[in-house]
Amino acid sequence: MLTKRIIPCLDIHNGRTVKGVNFKNLKDAGDPIALAKMYAKVGADELVFLDISATIEQRQTTLNLVLKIAEHIDIPFTVGGGINTVKDVELLLNNGADKIAINSAAINNPQLIADLVSRFGSQCITVAIDAYCENDKWEVYKNGGTVSTSKNLFEWAKTVEKLGAGEILFTAMNNDGTKKGFANQALFQLSKEVNIPIIASGGAGNIDHFSDAFEKGNADAALAASVFHYGEINIQKLKYKLKQKGIAVRL
Amino acid sequence: MKVVIINYGSGNIKSIEFAFNRLGVKPYLSNNIDEILAADRVIFPGVGEASSAKHALVKSGLDSLIPGLKQPVLGICLGMQLLCNYTEEGDTMGLGVFNTSVKRFSNKVKVPQMGWNTVENLNSELFESINEGSFFYGVHSYYAEDSGVTIANSNYDKTYASALNFKNFYGVQFHPEKSGQQGSQLLNNFLNIEK
Repeated sequence: MLTKRIIPCLDIHNGRTVKGVNFKNLKDAGDPIALAKMYAKVGADELVFLDISATIEQRQTTLNLVLKIAEHIDIPFTVGGGINTVKDVELLLNNGADKIAINSAAINNPQLIADLVSRFGSQCITVAIDAYCENDKWEVYKNGGTVSTSKNLFEWAKTVEKLGAGEILFTAMNNDGTKKGFANQALFQLSKEVNIPIIASGGAGNIDHFSDAFEKGNADAALAASVFHYGEINIQKLKYKLKQKGIAVRL
Repeated sequence: MKVVIINYGSGNIKSIEFAFNRLGVKPYLSNNIDEILAADRVIFPGVGEASSAKHALVKSGLDSLIPGLKQPVLGICLGMQLLCNYTEEGDTMGLGVFNTSVKRFSNKVKVPQMGWNTVENLNSELFESINEGSFFYGVHSYYAEDSGVTIANSNYDKTYASALNFKNFYGVQFHPEKSGQQGSQLLNNFLNIEK
């Protein structure tokens, strides 16, 4: 039986792990390689590395990191942030990334999704979508959640599926950093609109939030950062509790 | 022991290389026919799209080499699928080692299947010291139909073959190189198969 995935996200900034509240006020959260090894050990199903400085600043350090991560951990990981070209993706995959996540570049040039899929296959192309809900409308944002696009979340999700994306990483900006739970209604709607896996992101604060994302939001995976990095939620305990609630997880 | 990973431009083989490194083996990446023939073990990887991968194999002459190999061969993911007779992906003829076909999951489930699934009905030395119901990680939109060469089943949409064996050829749909301790055990088992 396919299991729901628990994914710690390591936001990378200048080679360190950070976590912002509502995409601002970055706080240092540790050495990414040490964290990655620890997470693989305690039962994380996958890891996501987002180079949040990359869209604006240099991203060369990421490539070096990626190779080290691939060397040390034996679970899959996705790398995102500042990816603009087929060449960027090729470099990341050749350095051992299993999947890549694109966000702003896909919004600026949707054809990039199709180009990446035809070259590398759907299975390694994740499209990350940051969206903000205002007046009951989910609008897609780019450039690390700083620039609105006037695109509707669900329309954009359908477009990226059509272009061949293998998975969607949906971050609800309203929820991100609040620890008040995932955007379950929007997640549920996404799963109805598209038939590719959805990773829930933004808002994890306690164990019930994860079971809600799976049961109410129908998410295939749930991603969080600070609650794992600062030890507020223990992944083993989380998965044990999810299993008790009848949710399929890998233990 | 000389392990060769067939390098025909097919995606992420760094992870496979690192997985063997963790077992104390340094594999060679090669598309050279003599080097592949001289190997003790051959890994046939593959990610991406079937017809373009097949095209790359034909272009380098590997399509006629691989089915004739005598040493233990392990096809991973698309590598496994290409060892079958036929795959619906890109309407592609496979190399015909495994007498089964590869089909697309129906839209009743999310496609691709992405994540950790269990393996059952384990029936091969490839799964030595691996328990029924163990988890392996995979990402795929196509699956090999259950057949006489199945050595493990998984369920998604329906029961399918998640591992295959015919003579010296082995194939796994999942990625052992990304499947933690169980995956490492499977790769180690592959190294220990008696010729």
